[in-house]
Amino acid sequence: MDRNEVSEKLTGVLVSELGLDGDKINDDAHFEEDLDVDSLGVVELLMALEDEFGVKIPDEEAESIMTVGQAVDLVHGKLNS
Amino acid sequence: MLLQDKKILVTGVLTDDSIAWHVARIAQEEGAEIVVTGFGRGLRLTERSVQRLPSECDVIELDINDTSHVDAMVEDLEARWGKVDGALHAIAFAPEDALGGNFLNTPAESAQTAFTTSAFSYKTLAVALLPLLERAGGGSLVTLDFDNSQAWPAYDWMGVAKSALQSVTRYLARDLGPHNVRVNAVSAGPLGTVAAKSIPGFSRFDEVWGERSPLPWDTSNPEPVARMVCVLLSDWAPMTSGEIVHVDGGFHAVAAGTPPDEG
Repeated sequence: MDRNEVSEKLTGVLVSELGLDGDKINDDAHFEEDLDVDSLGVVELLMALEDEFGVKIPDEEAESIMTVGQAVDLVHGKLNS
Repeated sequence: MLLQDKKILVTGVLTDDSIAWHVARIAQEEGAEIVVTGFGRGLRLTERSVQRLPSECDVIELDINDTSHVDAMVEDLEARWGKVDGALHAIAFAPEDALGGNFLNTPAESAQTAFTTSAFSYKTLAVALLPLLERAGGGSLVTLDFDNSQAWPAYDWMGVAKSALQSVTRYLARDLGPHNVRVNAVSAGPLGTVAAKSIPGFSRFDEVWGERSPLPWDTSNPEPVARMVCVLLSDWAPMTSGEIVHVDGGFHAVAAGTPPDEG
């Protein structure tokens, strides 16, 4: 899966699972500041990503994710390692 | 197996890091049939988490402070099993202004909310389940505690509520003993769950345990706590009730860590 595909699928998860507005989602969007995703929302996002992409995201790595782009990079990196 | 054919209700499953999730997992591995409850916005997470259990199980929505939820849960369990052998109470909440160093300024309502949801709710659950526990010929209730016999930084009114929870445990043990129902609490060391991460200053607990716990404590391993919960739910602690069982690496027993060169 290339980065664009990951990004598209991840955007789909954000819209369907967290009920976010697809128009606001871009690589630079900050989860808490731009998308109003609180700490529980972040937990839900991480579990959804693990389920959808079949990857495991340890807490230490999860803590560094602030923006949509960072989440895409993390998942993309895991799928291609 | 430890919990062969037991029917057990597990509250407080949020993610697969939750202590309650590990209790559910071990209970299944040990032969129990379980149902879990989830709450509010966390319900979707609960539904996701149960898919990661050895065998997927049903999720009941339960806001412990909502009588209609409690009644519906009892009705469900009645129809499903006709009895209940045990339950884990893993329910706690404190409003933001009741935690994090605001102790002297916390309004009464916030302290009361912490008490009602985190301590009184053990009584609510126990009373609701009592007829079903009696139908099983008796049973076992376990709650999750964090020991507050001494004051902690930042834990504030949640800490007061946990002290109340210990006391609620003893009074429930008094009143449910004649019904052959055991009531205990497991006092855990700090674990990196979603609930713990919402406590401001949680990292301080982690540091203190690192210095003082006789056994090396691992905040990322809920297994020891979950196992103890399962033991208390089993037939292997038949005369233990009103007890606060520490699963904290021995932390509560010592006043200070031993310097490495004297150990």
